[in-house]
Amino acid sequence: MQANVRFMQGNEAIVEGALYAGLHFYAGYPITPSTEITEILSERLPRSGGRFIQMEDEIASMCAIIGASLTGFKVMTATSGPGFSLMQEAIGYAVMTEVPSVVVNVQRGGPGTGLPTSVAQGDVMQARWGTHGDHSIIALTASNVQDAFLMTVEAFNLAETFRTLVILLFDELVAHMREKVVIPQPGEIEVVERLRTSVPQGTNYHPYLVREDGRLPMSDFGGVHRYNVTGLVHDMWGFPSTDGKVAYDLIHHLVDKLEHRADAIAHYKEYFTEDAEVLLISYGSSARSTLDMVEDRRKRGVKVGLLELQSLWPFPGETVRKKCEGRSHVLVVEMNMGQICQEVKKVVSKPENVFLANRFDGVFISPADILRLLNMIQGKGV
Amino acid sequence: MAAKDYLRQRFFPQIWCPGCGHGIVMANMIRAIERLRLKKDEIVVVSGIGCSSRMPGYLDFHTLHTLHGRALAFATGVKMARPELTVIAPMGDGDALAIGGNHLIHAARRNIDLTAIIMNNSIYGMTGGQYSPMTPFGKRATTAPSGTIEHTFDLVELARGAGASFVARTTTYHAKEMIKIIAKAIKHKGFAVVEVMSQCPTYYGRKNKLGSAVDMMRRYKEGTAPIGSKKKAEHPDLIERGVFVEEKRPEYSKSYLELIDRYVTS
Repeated sequence: MQANVRFMQGNEAIVEGALYAGLHFYAGYPITPSTEITEILSERLPRSGGRFIQMEDEIASMCAIIGASLTGFKVMTATSGPGFSLMQEAIGYAVMTEVPSVVVNVQRGGPGTGLPTSVAQGDVMQARWGTHGDHSIIALTASNVQDAFLMTVEAFNLAETFRTLVILLFDELVAHMREKVVIPQPGEIEVVERLRTSVPQGTNYHPYLVREDGRLPMSDFGGVHRYNVTGLVHDMWGFPSTDGKVAYDLIHHLVDKLEHRADAIAHYKEYFTEDAEVLLISYGSSARSTLDMVEDRRKRGVKVGLLELQSLWPFPGETVRKKCEGRSHVLVVEMNMGQICQEVKKVVSKPENVFLANRFDGVFISPADILRLLNMIQGKGV
Repeated sequence: MAAKDYLRQRFFPQIWCPGCGHGIVMANMIRAIERLRLKKDEIVVVSGIGCSSRMPGYLDFHTLHTLHGRALAFATGVKMARPELTVIAPMGDGDALAIGGNHLIHAARRNIDLTAIIMNNSIYGMTGGQYSPMTPFGKRATTAPSGTIEHTFDLVELARGAGASFVARTTTYHAKEMIKIIAKAIKHKGFAVVEVMSQCPTYYGRKNKLGSAVDMMRRYKEGTAPIGSKKKAEHPDLIERGVFVEEKRPEYSKSYLELIDRYVTS
């Protein structure tokens, strides 16, 4: 079979990945730099029998996909910057109600309306803690268009596996960059389907009764099991409860189901790490500049390597800790004021050896920017 | 079926205060559904936050208790994904018209086949009696201790202007009329808004010295009149009850399915 090779933009690859994974319902609102996703899906979904709707705002978009997911379909919305802020209320609702859903945030400069057309990675902490209350969350990212496709498929798989909301935290550069993408044949990559209950009609189905393996089989709205869903703390029936034990168990479950599997959920790539004295850690488009610099240094015999994170939350702390062991220095490269750098410092044994190479002025970080920092920490001057 | 067959009695007693009008609305909604002979599996009830929004939990349908003001946004997702389902949204006046006002006008503009039953008690009850967009000028609330200086929406005119193809008003006193109106609203193919004036003796009534629940319901009897009635002609100040708008217009989820057909055939 001939490979399906295409030249496309990151936002297009996100659409292709979502459709490959079985996206059926999309709700969105125009915002730079993620608008292309909404535009393309407005044609692709009705063409394949799926559902597309442009809602009145991002709040409504997020709410609509949760409603649609409960009827048994795979759902997604996409946004950027201020739109992601507006979605935080319903993101917490999806976390609390354990409704599988995927949210794309193509990051742009912030805060406020910030730099709408510029590259940034400043929403890392918002993805983790943007909605109120104790919770855990999955956030994936990618540094190139092919990986944007693959991570989008993976986002849907994780959403169904863990019955949770998954954030795709891309950045403007990857979303607007055009590259070669190989679209796999159907079946070539695993696609996880929704786990539905085997409880027969007429027997009590408990939507929030956790199975021994930590999973919760679902029943579609419109199906034979009628149950309640609420954003309040709820019991196994999905009915509101103020019982302390019910609340304790529920919050623990929501956090543990992801945090206890952080390293199983972890996705990362390694370049020249085996004998690297200095380990660079990066993600998203900034990992591209980092890799360029690493390859260039290697040609000159400098022992540097790159750990590219593709999953940011839950933070793969154990993986990062192990990879950083025995290095003289760790240099985190990102386009914010050190949001992942702080996480790295938390997990390594020598946080004083962790440094930050960054930009947050809307200009893409260059290999030269990173090299300056590398030279400095290696005592070579700038 | 008896009314109790539509209830989840496991979760009773319900949370509403003695004398609250919302239980009457719930009972009449059940009677309307029974009259239409709808199957329980085909009904989804979606609510936001507030006293009225606690209703779905007690009902034996597919029920979704969501975020303050957002019921219609969630309901739009349900209806678009599964247009064959009957989707009903019980809402409060603050829920539907303040925080949820944007979703209400856009659901109306799209004319999506949802039924919004807006229980208007002129107050935020769940949080203890603050003024809402439906608290009449001069009436008191905990956040308007000397009477509100804001003006209310005319919900009927707002819904009509936004494009709702079915708009009606009734009260908790007029139980039989309410059943008929809710049944019509559910059956209507398009966005339907039913304003039900529902008494809150605990907060709105007490703050404004309106007496007991019975006194408040008596006011609904005396202060309202059927649309175009002799009573209304003689007393122009009375609030009109009945169906204000009932029009056939392209319905959103149906238009969408037609769009899919166009793509498939082209």
